[in-house]
Amino acid sequence: MCVIFLSERPVAGKRTRRAAADQGGVLSAGDADGAAVIRPVRREDLREIIALDAAVTGIEKRAYWNAVFRRYGVAGEAQRQFLVAEDGGRVAGFVIGEVRDWEFGSPPCGWVFAIDVRPDARQRGIGARLLAAIAAAFRRAGVTTVRTMLARDNTLILSFFRSQGMMAGRFIPLEMELGPR
Amino acid sequence: MKLQKNTRLALYSVLEFALDPTRHVAAAEIATKYGVSPHHLAKVLSELARAGVVESVRGVGGGYRFAGNARRLTLMDLIGMFEELSAADGERREPGEETPVGRALSVVLAEIDEIAAATFSSITIATMLRLLDRQQQGGAPRLSARGAKPARRRPARDAGP
Repeated sequence: MCVIFLSERPVAGKRTRRAAADQGGVLSAGDADGAAVIRPVRREDLREIIALDAAVTGIEKRAYWNAVFRRYGVAGEAQRQFLVAEDGGRVAGFVIGEVRDWEFGSPPCGWVFAIDVRPDARQRGIGARLLAAIAAAFRRAGVTTVRTMLARDNTLILSFFRSQGMMAGRFIPLEMELGPR
Repeated sequence: MKLQKNTRLALYSVLEFALDPTRHVAAAEIATKYGVSPHHLAKVLSELARAGVVESVRGVGGGYRFAGNARRLTLMDLIGMFEELSAADGERREPGEETPVGRALSVVLAEIDEIAAATFSSITIATMLRLLDRQQQGGAPRLSARGAKPARRRPARDAGP
């Protein structure tokens, strides 16, 4: 399975509660942008996607994104979705996810692994449209639930998903440190 | 999770005001609706006004109105005005907390506190209003195909817990 991080603009120093709240809705705030077109990813989008991810996370991951494209960028594959928002001939954002069957004892559901919007294209509802588009694709694939997972201190993206109607699900992620080899 | 009375009153009031930011709502109306004394509520509203979350208008037709930014103001912002969800390290030590059993229990309680804080910090007043709207429509959370707005009239079989 490919693991992708839901990214956000890095914030210098410790984020205060107020600062986090003030940045809430970065992906969703503002009026819906009717100009952007949501469509399946194309290979020629990768250059801009890699640049967007590198700008936001500070790390360029060319080989990684090529692998993601090979796995999720297959046209006509209902179970796997890699969508982009194209605005003015440029990639304004992307969302990636897939339908997973019976893992963790869960009936098939759609998982959103990654969503991001170019910083200068935020506050225009593009993130909301990307999420709605992948949700619609999941529904067409036959599932009625969409799920995601992110760090609990990622207030920005948590706020975005909650603003779209997502709430805590019935699964709880658990982990433990394995210690040195 | 149990919030203190003043905190709950603040949340009730702010959400009532935010439902229609153009309307001035009398404090007595809120007090009656939530079964609290106007005197008690006045203290809470005064604190909210000092923080700029609500504005008061005196005279006939006066009352309070929402003055904050519903898309920025989180539940945690409001809760933090009235109570601390958990004591910071070094504060408010409970008897037995330094024992091995006490420390183990503290780990579990801290986990719960962190999840509660993350939840309150990620829910804005705007998100709460949408949740309220969905409840009044008789539905549960759902992503509409057209974007941020929730789908209307969700079938009962899809209703959440």
